[in-house]
Amino acid sequence: MNLFSLSAWRHRLLRYYPLVALSLTVGITALLLVTLAALPPLGEVGNPSHNLVSLKYIEDGLGDTGALNIVAGMILDYRAFDTFGEACVLFTATCAIIILLRSDTPDAYDTMLHQMEEPHTNIILQSVSFLLVGIMLVFGCYVIANGHLSPGGGFSGGSILGAALILYVNSYGIRRASHFINFTIYRRLVSFSLLFYAAFKGYSFFMGANHLPSGIPLGKPGDLLSAGLILPLNIAVGCVVAGTVYAIYVLFSQGEMR
Amino acid sequence: MWLYLRENYYQITAMFLFGIGLSALLLDRNLVKKLIGLNICNSGIYLFLAAQGYIRGGAVPIVADGVQLYINPVPTGLILTGIVISVSVTAFALALVVRLYKRYQTLDIDELSKLVVKEGM
Repeated sequence: MNLFSLSAWRHRLLRYYPLVALSLTVGITALLLVTLAALPPLGEVGNPSHNLVSLKYIEDGLGDTGALNIVAGMILDYRAFDTFGEACVLFTATCAIIILLRSDTPDAYDTMLHQMEEPHTNIILQSVSFLLVGIMLVFGCYVIANGHLSPGGGFSGGSILGAALILYVNSYGIRRASHFINFTIYRRLVSFSLLFYAAFKGYSFFMGANHLPSGIPLGKPGDLLSAGLILPLNIAVGCVVAGTVYAIYVLFSQGEMR
Repeated sequence: MWLYLRENYYQITAMFLFGIGLSALLLDRNLVKKLIGLNICNSGIYLFLAAQGYIRGGAVPIVADGVQLYINPVPTGLILTGIVISVSVTAFALALVVRLYKRYQTLDIDELSKLVVKEGM
């Protein structure tokens, strides 16, 4: 007995699939809208979602974590375990993609990819990316390093770094890019960043402590070197995200990462 | 009960986005378009969470002098988590789609199931 065996009555039922799906969609949307009608108005201070939790983060965040950016202080200090899980999910997804896209016998799809591998010399793309890639890399590093002071942080800065690397690969080809980022470097970078994160936050994970002083002085709020562990953790997260974004692009465009 | 429905237009838009994504996810036969539908669903959820965290007149949750009211930072962190997970899930699902396309040379889910039946799996 297999999952896909289509007997006659199942065929007949499948004819009604679009109807059932459409009514399900309309029904779920209508149900959600009815639920919305019971919600309080948008943006009022007294709404139940603005409860003690957010007040605690806003009032004590600066004193506890030393980060001006309350969200950065929240996700990398109070809820660092959550962020560690996210970084691990990115790493695991990349591992799964590497396994899925690996092919022992090259087929038509792979030859198609290999023909697309090296871009033709495109003078406009190369000149523009010559100007842009450096600026994008610097901007990405700025966003990561100022994650505790201004909007941004490891995730957004890492995405900018990854985008810069993807632009470089598209204009100059994988062979030139692999001089400074290839599979070995990616592997070392991401594993080291995750291990760094685990080593410096693992103690508080296991002890169940909500907020644990890291021993690093918090510094003066607003300085670049303040907020204790948040800056190194932002850099670690940024490395993981940049590596993952670049690796996913290269895996899908090349089939493998060398 | 319907008192605030006219003010909550962000949430209403979010729900319609979710519905549009869900209909694409259920009705479209192309696997890649199904994934696009999933991502539209995600956008609806992010919009809903962002609207829940908004406070009228509140500032960005970055500590500054003379600011009395900040918006709720908790949904912002939740959206961050959601975006990361959605990127990972989409990439993983696309890898599965590439694998299926390599083997069966089609992205249509009906043809795929027929081919799988023919193979006798």
